[in-house]
Amino acid sequence: MFVSYLFATEGGLFDINATLPLMAIQVVVLTYLLNSLFFKPVGKVVEKREEFVRSNISEAKKKLAEVEKLEADLQNQLLEARSEAAQIVIEAELESEKLYKEAIELANSEANTSKENARLEIENQTSSAREQLSQQAEALSELIVNRLIHQT
Amino acid sequence: MNLNYFFTNFAELEVGQHLYWQIGNISIHGQVFLTSWILLGALLVFISLGTKKMENDPKGLQNLLEFLWDYIRDLARTQIGEKVYRDWMPFIGTLFLFVFVSNWGGALIPWRLIKLPSGELGAPTADINTTIALALLVSLSYFYAGLSNKGWRYFEYYVHPTPIMLPFKILEDFTKPLSLSFRLFGNILADELVVSVLVFLVPLVLPIPVMFLGLFTSAIQALIFATLAAYYIGEAVEEHH
Repeated sequence: MFVSYLFATEGGLFDINATLPLMAIQVVVLTYLLNSLFFKPVGKVVEKREEFVRSNISEAKKKLAEVEKLEADLQNQLLEARSEAAQIVIEAELESEKLYKEAIELANSEANTSKENARLEIENQTSSAREQLSQQAEALSELIVNRLIHQT
Repeated sequence: MNLNYFFTNFAELEVGQHLYWQIGNISIHGQVFLTSWILLGALLVFISLGTKKMENDPKGLQNLLEFLWDYIRDLARTQIGEKVYRDWMPFIGTLFLFVFVSNWGGALIPWRLIKLPSGELGAPTADINTTIALALLVSLSYFYAGLSNKGWRYFEYYVHPTPIMLPFKILEDFTKPLSLSFRLFGNILADELVVSVLVFLVPLVLPIPVMFLGLFTSAIQALIFATLAAYYIGEAVEEHH
């Protein structure tokens, strides 16, 4: 109460009286009012939305990770399939080359054998013909010899 | 009270004059309550309009109120800390809204047009009773916050870095409400005085920039008051290691 003695004159800038406690009570009441009218309801809505956004973001992140995993998987599969295809192409090329070579070899060897056969045949025939010829020549010479002998 | 005599006789300015209401044998300043009821009534109407139909996609007033809520939450959270800011957010927010609405209401509404038998209507925060009431509430709440959060360990704060700090920390408990109340009171009263003196001397154009400055000061004072209150509470609940 000594404060009110200090400013005892009625009125003045520093006239402190029952306005002070009443105003304090009013502010406390206002705090409760604003808490139930403003802070609680708005906080509920805002925090609900924040939770909603947060869960949505985390869900989207999860989905994105899943998509990325699937994409990587597909990429892997694609790569595998490509290398497989390349392998198959290479194998087929090798195979065909092998077949081609084999065929050529076969043909060559066939040609060679038939050539050899022909040569052998020719040789045989030549030798037999020669033999025949020499036989005939022999016979003929004998005949000539005989005739010459008989004439004399 | 020579100063008072000077002020009260300064032409039409009525400084330090009050509209007294007698209730039993206590007297109160009626003009402070009249303006605060009008302004707080408007605030409550505004808030109940904005929160009447809350939607997940905010529209109009709800948007504004949510922005305000977010602003107050950030203020409380940065000053008080993640752990207990929720408990104190309504109090800090009420302080901010009360001071802000009082300051701006006092500056924006032409109260002077309403004649009172004695004194004049104005910002409730231009009355020392209001600001001391607010400051004492802040003091009580930071004591309560400290004691309820840390029990008797709250008093470790007084000897925190070294026991040499004890007298200064005790002194602080007195200077905190003093500076809180007088800063707000002085700023708002000075602003009202400057504007009314200027309006009285040069009734055209010249007071307008000062009025804008007053609006700026009013908003800043509300922010300062709420921030300091939150800071004091935060200081009281902070754990020292």
